[in-house]
Amino acid sequence: MFCLLLRHTRNSRQIIFKQFLKPQLNTVSKGLHTTKLLQHGEYEWKDPKSPDEIVNITYVDKDGKRIKVQGKVGDNVLYLAHRHGIEMEGACEASLACTTCHVYVQHNYLEKLSEADEKEDDLLDMAPFLRENSRLGCQIVLDKSMEGMELELPKATRNFYVDGHKPKPH
Amino acid sequence: MRNFIYSRRKLLLNLYSNNFSTSAIKTQNVQQATTGATKRICIVGAGPAGFYAAQYLLKQLSDCAVDIVEKLPVPFGLVRFGVAPDHPEVKNVINTFTKTAENPRLRFFGNVTLGTDVTLQELRDRYHAVLLTYGADQDRELQLANEEQPRIISARKFVAWYNGLPGAEQLQPDLSGRDVTVVGQGNVAVDVARMLLSPLDSLKLTDTTDYALEALASSKVERVHLVGRRGPLQAAFTIKELREMLKLPNVDTCWRPEDFTGIADQLDKLQRPRKRLTELMLKSLGEQSNRKGTPSIGKQFLPVFLRAPKAINQNEMEFAITELKNNAAVATEATERLPANLILRSIGYKSSCADAAINFDAQRGHVCNLQGRVLKDNSSKSVEPGLYVAGWLGTGPTGVILTTMNGAFAVAKTICDDIAAKSFDTDALKPGFEPANKSVVTWSGWNRIDQYERAVGKAKGKPREKIVTIQEMLRIAGV
Repeated sequence: MFCLLLRHTRNSRQIIFKQFLKPQLNTVSKGLHTTKLLQHGEYEWKDPKSPDEIVNITYVDKDGKRIKVQGKVGDNVLYLAHRHGIEMEGACEASLACTTCHVYVQHNYLEKLSEADEKEDDLLDMAPFLRENSRLGCQIVLDKSMEGMELELPKATRNFYVDGHKPKPH
Repeated sequence: MRNFIYSRRKLLLNLYSNNFSTSAIKTQNVQQATTGATKRICIVGAGPAGFYAAQYLLKQLSDCAVDIVEKLPVPFGLVRFGVAPDHPEVKNVINTFTKTAENPRLRFFGNVTLGTDVTLQELRDRYHAVLLTYGADQDRELQLANEEQPRIISARKFVAWYNGLPGAEQLQPDLSGRDVTVVGQGNVAVDVARMLLSPLDSLKLTDTTDYALEALASSKVERVHLVGRRGPLQAAFTIKELREMLKLPNVDTCWRPEDFTGIADQLDKLQRPRKRLTELMLKSLGEQSNRKGTPSIGKQFLPVFLRAPKAINQNEMEFAITELKNNAAVATEATERLPANLILRSIGYKSSCADAAINFDAQRGHVCNLQGRVLKDNSSKSVEPGLYVAGWLGTGPTGVILTTMNGAFAVAKTICDDIAAKSFDTDALKPGFEPANKSVVTWSGWNRIDQYERAVGKAKGKPREKIVTIQEMLRIAGV
């Protein structure tokens, strides 16, 4: 019986937790979720300490909407996008195992970025709609030279195979 | 007396666990009810397509409640049972899925099978919209005689075996021979080859099931042949997977130089991904000829091109030598035999039809649909209002997780658009799923399984030790 009572208290606590604490957590910082996220993405939630640190960039989302964002030196553009509600996924959490943060970098800024390493290039090869200026957002870290840079998110693929589809033979 | 105490304890335990599961379901219900959500959407299948669709729907429709119904007691589909154990980074996506699952407007019903525990019609009666995302759980066959022998296993089953899919633990692949021939050259084929050739010590640090590690420890496999019908320019594996093979310690990759005749001349015409992959193969081929003379150090990985499966014989497999015509492999009269103590068939997955009411294309193995809307009638292209499909069940088994994510988002957007356009009714009150006389695993049940698996794994230096039977999963979940 004691067990049952305990269980009930725990359940009702969970309800309270979910209803009242959860939304608050979301507004304060999405970084409070797991330890993993504490390391990844918390820095981007800090405001620049001085104007010298500020780097302004623009995201162009999947619908072509331009979103100007104030970042700072050292910000990872994947997590900076998350802070500003821009729909850039990051399924593998910047561990170079997926392509869900694929972006196009404005051409005149390409050379300002550190060169893509072999692993990033290998992954980009798997990204749909690969272009010459394709990069993975999680590998771009802002510095002053990137002031004014535009990052464009690829349009979502709509490659549904309906009737008539022939799967590619291996 | 002892018996009496035991039975008392058992009774108490039963009481306790019954209460556990019903109260967990009630908790889910209460949470969802208090959100005031009115539009009920049911997603069948808790893999990446299901979770990404749920994520989009919960974000875009503030008045929707989403229920995910899953056949297994545990969520995440191929992220748990398909992704290779030595690719733990790919599984980070589970953190995002967990956030979605913790939304109070979402309920999880694990251990509920469409077609047996609940019919599609019941779900459609109880929800405004139903989205099918139960994936592809069958495989394509070679259509050769003797294919049903135990030493011919589908790569899908082999993957399920080392990843601990319930039911796959009985597979007992025979690893006592020297040669394994993998038919097919996709990334699944490379995954199984890598699992067979990887040093055991590195696999011990992954969540590979204990029984698989034991079997691999006594494995006598030394050579894995990876056979494809077409040439190096059509190879289906991607560069990341190939590079991993090339970097495996104590494994030599041995190409056949004759497969690469004239390939270097075509490099300039290739698109970047194909070009980089081909350059890597040529580079590796070059290193191999430099290596000539020095005896092989250990195991061998042997990609073989332009061979189509023809017959299965005792400890070997016969292939027709093919020629490329318009990018397709055409078999010639000539044949070649490759040693094969074990054959792994890796020529693609297909879906199964879970419920007779689904408009299913059995030949192609997917649900008939138009951009995610399930078709009522294939010729007139009329759609079933409020019935959708996403992921491999709708597209066929191709693409990386990004492809599935974009596809699921697109179908979820279609659902939102259809609701806005009033393509189907969302005003009538719908009750949602109510499990009757069935052990249902809720999200808190999964959390208990998750914690248990991590704790057991930790003691062994593994990220988790997966529970491999449904019975045990239900026990730990407390249902």
